[in-house]
Amino acid sequence: MSENNKSSKRIVARKIVLHFPRRMVEEPILFHLTKDYDLEFNILKASITPEAEGLMVVELKGDQHNYDQGIQYLIERGVRIQSLSQNVTRNEERCTSCGACVTICPAGAFEVEPVTRIVKFNDAKCIACGLCIKACPPRAMELHF
Amino acid sequence: MDKFSPFINLLFAGSIDFLRQSYYYQDDNMAKTIKEINEKIRQGKAVVVNAVEIIDIVREEGLKKAAEKVDVVTTGTFGPMCSSGAYFNIGHSKPRIKLGGGKAYLNDVPAYAAFAAADLFIGANALPDDDPRNRSHPGDFNYGGGHVIEELVAGHDIRLVATAYGTDCYPRKKLETWINIKDLNEAVLFNMRNAYQNYNVAVNLSDRTIYTYMGVLKPRMGNAGYSSAGELSPLLNDPYYKTIGIGTRIFLGGGTGYIAWHGTQHNPCVPRLPNGTPRGGAGTLAVIGDLKQMSPRYLVGTSMLGYGCTLTVGIGVPIPILNEEILQYTAVSDAEIFAPVVDYSTTYPNRESGILGEVSYAELRSGRIRIQGKEVPTASLSSYPRALEIANLLKEWIQSGKFFLTEPVAPLPGVESGIVFKPLNERSITD
Repeated sequence: MSENNKSSKRIVARKIVLHFPRRMVEEPILFHLTKDYDLEFNILKASITPEAEGLMVVELKGDQHNYDQGIQYLIERGVRIQSLSQNVTRNEERCTSCGACVTICPAGAFEVEPVTRIVKFNDAKCIACGLCIKACPPRAMELHF
Repeated sequence: MDKFSPFINLLFAGSIDFLRQSYYYQDDNMAKTIKEINEKIRQGKAVVVNAVEIIDIVREEGLKKAAEKVDVVTTGTFGPMCSSGAYFNIGHSKPRIKLGGGKAYLNDVPAYAAFAAADLFIGANALPDDDPRNRSHPGDFNYGGGHVIEELVAGHDIRLVATAYGTDCYPRKKLETWINIKDLNEAVLFNMRNAYQNYNVAVNLSDRTIYTYMGVLKPRMGNAGYSSAGELSPLLNDPYYKTIGIGTRIFLGGGTGYIAWHGTQHNPCVPRLPNGTPRGGAGTLAVIGDLKQMSPRYLVGTSMLGYGCTLTVGIGVPIPILNEEILQYTAVSDAEIFAPVVDYSTTYPNRESGILGEVSYAELRSGRIRIQGKEVPTASLSSYPRALEIANLLKEWIQSGKFFLTEPVAPLPGVESGIVFKPLNERSITD
């Protein structure tokens, strides 16, 4: 394998939220992502609403080129894609930096700044499990699916 | 002899005065009075530091020098305080209604209507009648009395629905109206128990997640919840209540308030460390203040999953540095304050005694404690950054001459009171 080939094989891993329209709920989307685009997936959350709209939070991993092609395929099939960080947000006005969330989050997305003790929310680590939403005493964490 | 005595008295009094002055200047320059500190505040010369800053000042300069230099140490705390509430007078409707003895709801949350015609009290833990509570476990508790108080303070309109039985002088039986804090005659925050002097650290020894007022506790000591401002906390900086008493003016919810009484469950006679700090929950404060001055930043409606609603309250108490002893107490640091670790799955609910160990606030704030050989991650229910913000705001108020100290009109019951914290003695009614 040449140097050029190596550098073009940039591996990316991203957490994204997929919204499926009703007609697609029964299509094996992830199978195609694996088979046709050589992408690894890890399902963090999956649900179907009473209106039969599908929602899936997945981590997709693979070569950058394949990843882009896979995303293109999803868009063409009518899947709406959201970046995960847009789904769980913190209302900074309501957050008091108490820290009740810190031990609840399974992904370690909340960190206490050692000197000021201000609680930081690192949305890149968030897996949108939603456990913090109701565990937050002032209800500062918001889920937007 | 008699005709000379006034002269002799004068001479004598003069020399005493001289002696007293030289005594102050030579030996004990630092002994101050609250009156003297207030005069310094008036002149803009008072030296005010917060309860964290004082730790290093005493370390670097020693007690004697620091006591000469510093006039006031400000403390702060910001945590869920369930025994909080507000009362207010809505003004008389036309025709009149007597709320007392009737029923009243504020945004569907029941208020206590058991006073005269136009007075209501709302407690922080009140819930709407139709709240599912824990019917579907764990209940969300998204809105309750604490939230009503926060909204009222924020200046939002609150929906009042009341029913009464009607009398000759108060004929009306139903009232439905918006009320707003700016239209109320009086709106007063009155909390019967706040600012606990130290508190438990809660863990869960059982195999299932439990939902407590100390937060969501994971099974098998998966986490630990604690709630004290530690080295910033008012009563941990004046452990024997030498300056904090009834009538002490304080920062309350963003405005000024007063200590009205000792709080319920005030329990000064608990075991203490040599530095005076209690080894568990001890003293408490009952506080009162004008709700109209306060701010929703320091009175936050709070939901404890599976437990209920409450109010997170911001309190700051100034401690006048009258002598070295009082200063020494304010220099206490998180490493020197210890809290008991209690199992909230069995020991606490069944009111059993026994603790799993003691840990310092320095350990709690490190993010991990060791309990019976297990490393347990910790989470705070009270906000340290906002407690510090309150201590700093109070400091600014005093430095800028907006806030003066008060002499307590009576002390809080101390260790000499012999108070015994009594459990409920249940007596059978059917026998």
